[in-house]
Amino acid sequence: MERIAIGETTVEALVAGSGPPLLFLHGLDYFAQHRAFLDRLAGQFRVIAPRHPGFGASPRPRWMRGVGDIAYLYLDLLDRLALDDVLLVGASFGGWVAMELGVRSNAQLSGLILIDSLGVKFGGRDEAEIADIYALPAEEVVCRTFADPAKAPDYDSLDDAAVEEVARDREAAVLYGWRPYMHNPSLSRWLHRIKVPALVVWGEADRIVAPAYGAHLTQRLQRATFAPIANAGHYPQVEQPEAVATAIESFARENAR
Amino acid sequence: MMHTWHFSEMAYHPAWAHLNESYRVIIPSRLYDPKIGADLYHRYLDEWALCDELGINIMTNEHHATATCADSVCTIPMAILARETKKVRLLALGMPIANRENPIRVAEEYSMLDVISRGRIEMGFVKGVPFEISPANSNPADLMERFWEAHDLILKAMTSQDGPFSWEGTHFHYRSVNIWPRPYQQPHPPVWMPVGSAGSAVEAASRGITIGTLNTGWACTPGIFEAYRKTAAETGHSGALDKLAYMALIGVGRTREEGWRRADQILDYSRTSGVVSPQFANPPGYVPPAMAATAIKGSATTARATRLQTRDGKPINPRTVGVEDAIGAGLVFAGTPDDVWDQLKSFYDHVGGFGHLLMMGQGGHISHEDTVDNLTLFSKEVLPRLSELG
Repeated sequence: MERIAIGETTVEALVAGSGPPLLFLHGLDYFAQHRAFLDRLAGQFRVIAPRHPGFGASPRPRWMRGVGDIAYLYLDLLDRLALDDVLLVGASFGGWVAMELGVRSNAQLSGLILIDSLGVKFGGRDEAEIADIYALPAEEVVCRTFADPAKAPDYDSLDDAAVEEVARDREAAVLYGWRPYMHNPSLSRWLHRIKVPALVVWGEADRIVAPAYGAHLTQRLQRATFAPIANAGHYPQVEQPEAVATAIESFARENAR
Repeated sequence: MMHTWHFSEMAYHPAWAHLNESYRVIIPSRLYDPKIGADLYHRYLDEWALCDELGINIMTNEHHATATCADSVCTIPMAILARETKKVRLLALGMPIANRENPIRVAEEYSMLDVISRGRIEMGFVKGVPFEISPANSNPADLMERFWEAHDLILKAMTSQDGPFSWEGTHFHYRSVNIWPRPYQQPHPPVWMPVGSAGSAVEAASRGITIGTLNTGWACTPGIFEAYRKTAAETGHSGALDKLAYMALIGVGRTREEGWRRADQILDYSRTSGVVSPQFANPPGYVPPAMAATAIKGSATTARATRLQTRDGKPINPRTVGVEDAIGAGLVFAGTPDDVWDQLKSFYDHVGGFGHLLMMGQGGHISHEDTVDNLTLFSKEVLPRLSELG
């Protein structure tokens, strides 16, 4: 992992590979399990995968408490690294960050890929479209997260430092996403500002946020296609890294400038 | 001079027979019969009102979405008792100010109570147990930051007497703060907070706040009180006995058997109050990541259970604890008035003294008659001897 200084803060980031730049924005949990997926992408792209402020070993300035703040931070990161034609990939909570970034500026993006993204609300006030992972028993959260819960990471076997990192990730996710729960109420109204081609990848077995939500998101984006992934839940890039990486690579080829 | 406070959670115990995995957060309110609930409220209020005659002060608290405590607004019984009583002091321990949207409303409630009671209010501010997070929908990751901002704003609101001020903080925003009435006690009623660790005691001591420890027992209390006294001395605040309070469950009887039976019934408070689905007991961010990590690895329940132990070092499980072990752990003082005095004196000496005894004189299934007799016996037979302490 590298440390990249951006303004008054720094982020820890996994940087690997060479090729067109790809900024990967991680989700709520299971960052350590992304290695196979990110390594595969590094064969074709220059992958930059920062840990959001407050997650992992990235510090969070006390004033930084909104997802919009993270979006601006990553726009600064693109400037800092002088990146253009960036393929922006956001998964789960990271998809929310990616959309907040995209509605602010598309100037340095070549395309947007959302994987089982959170962040928007389509339904009425009585409909909870994103499962409340803080109110469900831990075992049920795992069952809703993975198509094959038996392959979920076993936290009991991790060492103390690794589990503490998970605890930090969860604390940060709560800080940013507690209320309104994992979405920005007005974000769906600004999605038209994302003008680059988009791909919406979704685990068919995701029961944290259902594929129908992904289909709805696809309709709201101007130039998006929907790519369901079989035998995958909320983290298809963890359960089916090959299938998701392949979808990303073909999207990049089709949209190459 | 030791002050005694009678504390009850106003439990709705008739629902307990229908509960198993959780007594909190997710239990349906169809299990609450308002007619029975009304009788219980009046009964508990009668017991508190009796305290005015017995010379025992009054302590309320609040919890939400639970059958263990039907007092969901701590200032409501305080408001009733502010007028029904004339002499004793009224403590709420207290108001969960990081979980309430509006600190100005808290300042108004406490100020109005203070005026009606002619200056008998003691105002507690609490972090709140983790299972209060879900009912309040308050963000657990910045809870204490919000707590201290609310605390500062409430005190400023109560003590500003020259018209409006503005507040543009991190969590609270007001153009014009100008509360009426201002409190009866000047500059403001005494401030309390419950603490469960030496770290929180340090925070309280450095601000001159009176602390109460609940369920900390023989093993944990001395370190907490010592941390308080040390920090108070270092920061120029009072570390006197009246800054320290200890809560015990108390069962007094004419015989040891009667006192133990009453304590055993009150102990149902300890046996039920922590029963909650695990996901509500450990919301992310409520404790620092290093502590949260142990919960992720599934050892949280063990950690909670072993924090309590008897003076002989025997770990106790609050869900199943009996009277003898609870006495051994300093959680309960029970038996004849002499027994209760001896246990209290021994605990008092062990922790280096304290000036407030928070007496849970009602809890669990104990009947009204037993509660009245428990409080009366304590008042007649134990209370007069407390002047021997400190």
